[in-house]
Amino acid sequence: MIMSDTPKPAEMNHSSNGSPWIEGVGLALSRNDRYIFTDLNFSLAAGQILQVEGHNGSGKTTMLRILCGLTLPSEGEIRWCGEDIRKNLAEYYAQLAYVGHAPGIKGELTPLENLELARSMSRPRKEADAEQVLERLQLPAYCDDVLCHNLSAGQRRRVALGRLLMLDARLWVLDEPFTALDPGGRKLVEELLSGHAQEGGMAVLTTHHVVNLEGCIVRGLQLGT
Amino acid sequence: MSEASLGTAFISLLRRDLMLAYRHRAQMLNPLLFFVIVVSLFPLGLDPDPDLLRTIAPGVIWVAALLAAMLSLDSMFRSDFDDGSLEQLLLTPHPLPLLVLAKIVAHWLISGLPLLVLAPVLGMLLNLGSESLFPLLATLALGTPVLSLIGSIGVALTVGLRGGGVLLSLLILPLFIPVLIFAANAVGNAGAGMDITGQLAFLGSLLALAFALAPLATAAALRISLN
Amino acid sequence: MSIIPNWLYQLSSPKNFYRFAGIASNWCGWIALFLLVVGLYYGLVNSPPDYQQGDSARIMYIHVPAAWMSMFVYMVMAGSAAVGMIWRIKASSAFANASAPVGAMFTALALATGMLWGKPMWGTYWVWDARLTSELILLFLYLGYMALQSAIDDRDTAARATAILALVGMVNITIIHYSVEWWNTLHQGATVTKLDKPSIHLSMLIPLLVMAMAFKFYYLSNALRRARCELLERERDKLWVRELVGENNSE
Repeated sequence: MIMSDTPKPAEMNHSSNGSPWIEGVGLALSRNDRYIFTDLNFSLAAGQILQVEGHNGSGKTTMLRILCGLTLPSEGEIRWCGEDIRKNLAEYYAQLAYVGHAPGIKGELTPLENLELARSMSRPRKEADAEQVLERLQLPAYCDDVLCHNLSAGQRRRVALGRLLMLDARLWVLDEPFTALDPGGRKLVEELLSGHAQEGGMAVLTTHHVVNLEGCIVRGLQLGT
Repeated sequence: MSEASLGTAFISLLRRDLMLAYRHRAQMLNPLLFFVIVVSLFPLGLDPDPDLLRTIAPGVIWVAALLAAMLSLDSMFRSDFDDGSLEQLLLTPHPLPLLVLAKIVAHWLISGLPLLVLAPVLGMLLNLGSESLFPLLATLALGTPVLSLIGSIGVALTVGLRGGGVLLSLLILPLFIPVLIFAANAVGNAGAGMDITGQLAFLGSLLALAFALAPLATAAALRISLN
Repeated sequence: MSIIPNWLYQLSSPKNFYRFAGIASNWCGWIALFLLVVGLYYGLVNSPPDYQQGDSARIMYIHVPAAWMSMFVYMVMAGSAAVGMIWRIKASSAFANASAPVGAMFTALALATGMLWGKPMWGTYWVWDARLTSELILLFLYLGYMALQSAIDDRDTAARATAILALVGMVNITIIHYSVEWWNTLHQGATVTKLDKPSIHLSMLIPLLVMAMAFKFYYLSNALRRARCELLERERDKLWVRELVGENNSE
């Protein structure tokens, strides 16, 4: 884990009102009335990547879902630019892209249709073009018109990750993004991540792989002791 | 950089659901087939006496419509839940109740509207007079959207659960009772030559109420179910 | 939280609620017992028989309060569940959950007594009378609530989901009630004698009201006790429960 806090200009690191872009404050989660984790704090500045670690069942996926506002934490809150995300979900979601365990793509649609749908449902990048995105993700050209349920798991994962390139999201939340990907695919995701960080974006991810991100600040968050 | 407008999102979601239904044409027809079969069972089980059939026709057609709605409702959010699309729907910057409404409209277009096409045929099978035909269509036009709207709440509450389908009928069927009462009664009264504006007005106000409140409840229920 | 007065906020913590509910439940239980004895005495012994229906009308001292309670409990349950969901108060959700079986029981009681009364009056146990039909649908609503609650594993999620269902049910309950009344007058006319008379003699009204109060206190006593159990289970890992259990063990 690289923990080099290279100083950067304050206006880059922090949102306009001076607080970190994204913050978890005093988070606790209980499931079936038993605590999975308590008093969890973290914060992320522009260009940083947070890797959530922990053994199976330590609540990594739930942690990401809390970050997305899908799961309600038992205590504590997530803050975006210093404000509880629940106060302005719409603004927060315009900045967020989430790729979860389930890929979130429809099997009965083609990869192109899936990405076009993603574009029209949220805030797209200006230059986003679904065909170019699929090319960038090294999906063979013949796949463009094949229904997604005929693709392999790794190919479907690539389509799902395509959403990141279609949307103009500052914060990426990725649950096991390397699953089902071949070494080439893993390298691709690493490139995407470091490119995103260099543009001042942020990412929070869980993975069991050793992530190799050149020149990025990767911070760790340990769940369950 | 502007985000895709709410209108675009609404239309794309609606179009997506219709396209998915189109690519699963056979599956989409099953509830309709069910509707026809249930109705045609009654003369076989009772007595093909034309007078009896005419008396029971409004109730039978409407009960069959309720059951057909139950069957088609179950799949409203199921596949979206399984493949993670539902999570993505919750994470858009648009108000969730309106996106939910797009899905409800799609559901009605797929499963409610075809009932209107089939109903005259069934009316004929059950010896329903021609004076009852328009009232039957009117009640179906006003009533089936209410079924989709109220039903969506139940589906949203049960979407992640094992055996959700049976539970869904237990939760939702009692809530359908007012629609059943007024719709079947209107058709029956029309056959007897009575005025039915009161019943239609009541169905209309039920529709307005459900239209205003059900998407809100469904959206809240979805956020809870995905917790 | 500013809407809620401070003392109520204090009370809403599971620990304080547990203590309060224990005391309140006992008191309500004794009051209910007392009122029940008084009400039954006046109703069954010390009031005149109905001039038309004779002694069989006395079942109304159970039937009518039970029918009232079946509606009342649903309203309280929905309100309590909504408060529990909006302000995330465990005690409130627990009280809503505890209300469901009690409400279902009152509904079943109203149905059963209505049927028993119907046998000598109508010659059959079941007619599609407006009240009986409404009660039957209400019973379905209660059973649906309980089924949904038991289908969801996580209690927090279950509490919020059932709160939505209860609120939807509450909007619907009035609509259902009036639709059924309307449907009933169309199909049966005025031939069916309603169980409760529009004008009722004072000697019958007083025991009726006493019985209604007895049922209310019984409901409070029973639901508070159930809510206590649920809180104890849900908070089993909390310090206050451990201390409580420890105390009892050492005695």
